[in-house]
Amino acid sequence: MISVYLPGASWIHRIPVRLKLLTLAVISMAILPVHDPAVLGAVLAGVLVLYATLGPEGLKQVTLLKPLVSLLLIIFLLHGIGGSWMEGLVAVLRLVAMVLLANLVSVTTRMDDMLEAVMSLFYPLKVFGVSPKKPALAVTLVIRFAPVLLSVYSSLAEAYRARTGKRGSWRLIAPFALQALRLSENVAEALTARGGAEGLAVETTANTAERRRMLKRNL
Amino acid sequence: MTDRSLVQIAFYAALIAALGLLPKVAIPFMGGVPITAQTLGVMLAGVMLGPVRGALAVLLFLFLVALGAPLLAGGRGGLGVFASPSVGFLIGWPIGAFVTGLIMQQTRTLSVLPAAALAALIGGVGVVYLFGIPGVAIMADLPLVKAAIGSAAYIPGDLIKVAITAVVAETVARGLPRALISRG
Repeated sequence: MISVYLPGASWIHRIPVRLKLLTLAVISMAILPVHDPAVLGAVLAGVLVLYATLGPEGLKQVTLLKPLVSLLLIIFLLHGIGGSWMEGLVAVLRLVAMVLLANLVSVTTRMDDMLEAVMSLFYPLKVFGVSPKKPALAVTLVIRFAPVLLSVYSSLAEAYRARTGKRGSWRLIAPFALQALRLSENVAEALTARGGAEGLAVETTANTAERRRMLKRNL
Repeated sequence: MTDRSLVQIAFYAALIAALGLLPKVAIPFMGGVPITAQTLGVMLAGVMLGPVRGALAVLLFLFLVALGAPLLAGGRGGLGVFASPSVGFLIGWPIGAFVTGLIMQQTRTLSVLPAAALAALIGGVGVVYLFGIPGVAIMADLPLVKAAIGSAAYIPGDLIKVAITAVVAETVARGLPRALISRG
């Protein structure tokens, strides 16, 4: 659940990550100004064919669009009311095509590979005296922190339910904030005690292995 | 950047992620528009961490989403969200957190509760919509007014989050004052 990535070895999976990102950027820029519903429909059909080449599991990834449906409907209505329904259709077609195309890259690229591919963007950080490895460590920390925060909250909520018989309440916000902040202070101390971010993030491959291990543990 | 600030930035990025995993709450007035707790995390990052670290925490969170982590409310993630109509709001988040932190720093003479409410209102609501509404207009090809009407339904929920942000900031200022880094 921690990634939208769909494991596989399709031809799209095998394209180098940077080439995929570049292609995505170029196509997105190209279809943003398009207003012809026929062209946009063709683009959308093409994107769907690309999904279909991933197999039935791949085609199922189109459902990543589901949380967007109500928003698209509102946009269609806003266009239609006191405007033109055709423009609404064009806007919705374009959005669906662009979102699906961008998701196609995410669905076919492992998070680690994506991180490796964009790491070079962080090299300019050296100018400011920041190690370019720090973003990778920060990503690892977030992946580890998020489930811990949820478990801190759920243990507080459980205790509250045991005392009052009621579900969570805003009253839990204060103890949650304080407990979670203390926890983060402990992590900061532990990190410094182990040689700090520099000490931990020196070796990229070791770092990657660690991140993979954490990802697995959190699944 | 020290280890401490790195962990703090990661902590608030994770908080934004965790808040997105909480179920959406439909508010009874305003026709039951679903509100998510996610922007609460954006406001808190600015109020607690100050401008630079607050903005970095939000950027780190967005970076994870771009890498493919489905951490946006509703389980959305991947590059697709940056092609969706709400991309303007996502762009507004780090800038909003920055402004929130800046106001928090500049209002040291005020006590924490009103300062945090003011900062979250201007940075976390005002600035975010300043980017979000034009974003909807561009991505959905709508006139600004219609984009604003479409976005207005979420404002009551955001005002609730401003209030919660202020209460949390006040609580932390009393219980763990050193964690209120923007005032440190």
